Amino acid sequence: MTAAAEGVLPARARRGHRKALLQSEQAKGFALISPTFLYTLVLLVVPILVVIAHSFWSQDYLTIDRTFTLQQYRIALTEPIYRDLLMRSLVVSLLVSFFTVVLAYPIAFYISFHGGRHKGLWLFLITIPFWTSYLLRVMSWKVILGYNGVLNSGLMGLGIIDEPSTALLYNTTAVVITLTHAWAAFAVLPIFVSLEKVDRTLIEAATDLGDGPVRRFLRVTLPLSLPGVISAILIVMIPTVGDFVTPKLVGGKDGVMIANAIQAQFGKASNWPLGAALSVSTMIVVTAMAAAIVLIIRWASRLAR
Amino acid sequence: MNRILSKWLPAYAFLYIVFLYLPVIFLPIFSVNTSAVPTLPLSGLTLKWYEELPHTPALLDAAWNSLIVGVAASILSTVLGICAARAITRYRFPGRTAINGLIMAPLVLPEIIVAISMLLVILQMGLSLSLFTVVLGHILICIPYSVTVLTSGFESFDRSLEEASADLGESAFGTFRRVTLPMVAPAIISSLLVSFTISLDEFIMAFFLAGTEATLPVYIWGQLRFAAKLPGVLALGTLLLLGSFILVSIAEVLRRRAARRAQTTGVAVA
Repeated sequence: MTAAAEGVLPARARRGHRKALLQSEQAKGFALISPTFLYTLVLLVVPILVVIAHSFWSQDYLTIDRTFTLQQYRIALTEPIYRDLLMRSLVVSLLVSFFTVVLAYPIAFYISFHGGRHKGLWLFLITIPFWTSYLLRVMSWKVILGYNGVLNSGLMGLGIIDEPSTALLYNTTAVVITLTHAWAAFAVLPIFVSLEKVDRTLIEAATDLGDGPVRRFLRVTLPLSLPGVISAILIVMIPTVGDFVTPKLVGGKDGVMIANAIQAQFGKASNWPLGAALSVSTMIVVTAMAAAIVLIIRWASRLAR
Repeated sequence: MNRILSKWLPAYAFLYIVFLYLPVIFLPIFSVNTSAVPTLPLSGLTLKWYEELPHTPALLDAAWNSLIVGVAASILSTVLGICAARAITRYRFPGRTAINGLIMAPLVLPEIIVAISMLLVILQMGLSLSLFTVVLGHILICIPYSVTVLTSGFESFDRSLEEASADLGESAFGTFRRVTLPMVAPAIISSLLVSFTISLDEFIMAFFLAGTEATLPVYIWGQLRFAAKLPGVLALGTLLLLGSFILVSIAEVLRRRAARRAQTTGVAVA
């Protein structure tokens, strides 16, 4: 009887001890991450909430009128100029993410399946241009595409055109080319990572079961690498919608994007509530578009199988 | 099909690399051109644009500002990154995935939105814009990169070494200082270099948060308005490119050495 009681007690104590240990492990982990968490909370989450709050207020000359209003959203979503800018930004970010992913997939495939010992070197080679100043990369495209630029003088030197073409710079195409170049590494890396995770024995199995290279790729490799494709699309699409450097330097009058309007509202025009409403609308619309694209891709891949 | 693929893929890879490097190559090329207008063929070779750089006070100020901001931002983001990476790789706790997602969020948010949100809060709190506010912004942008580099560094090393140290009587802090830290030192240095490079090249946050004190990218942005200043900007850009390239190469070499060391110790222990 006593022996049994003695046997029970330490076990219970041990269980209690283990629970306390587990809790303290959890507490330790949480305590350790809390400085970083708090930093992000205070400097990212709180500011975004402040922006959302501003979008429901209005500007009264130099002061901000804090009565609730949807006026800013009405302007942001119905004024033709903002609607056009938002539409153009969405089209640009859609095109840029399409081109970056389509151009990046073969190279990620090549590195993953044929890179051999030099995979690391290839990836390093691809990321180097990304470490050069973003402003200067945009500037170089201006040098390449400009009226007296490299491309024009090259084409004239080859006798393909007689006089410099003005169609290359200061339009949406120039913005798309520049951004596609700027975001290349961000598309290659996630696709490469998901291709690395593809189980090579599955591809062998598909071969053994009689699938040719095309079918094998479409039915095994491509579907299994879709997570990488999807994250590449998201990583490229959402940030590009908010770019204002590229449109300003190479976009000209027809290449202006929504971020230029947002920047103006926080700069010269100084209408914070309208700028806030434009920012919030842009975020919501681009997130919705990205979510729709992810759903379409998933649906299409299920259909293809 | 296979033959076509093995023939065309390397060619495509080569073209892709050319596409990536093409714009970058023109920076050094036109920075030694005698003419201020960047057209081919070059009108002549000169180093005068480089010689002018040290005699531009505004540029030197901007370079000094960038150095201060870069050092401060890289140290602080690496410290915060160590906390997060250590917590994520070592402990299980509720909300771990959500917190990790939040910390990585600046990577996928449009930078302008992060910048204007911080700007609003800083101005509302009555703080004035300075290099300090740029540092605050750069830390936020650098944390995701630091956490990524450090997490892979912390993951690749053997937990049993820490346990052995604890069993041999080291305190938790002693274990961290004498076992963990030396093992993850390459990852920490690589995080410092990567975040310094990002801070050095970062424009949008600095543009909104710098006030009157320009960093190098803000200075470059100001110069881009004047066509005559282009060669000087290209010369500066070439130097920055070289600097970034060296820093990133060191970071990469360290990262690889750390990965290899973690592998070999793993084999030795097994």
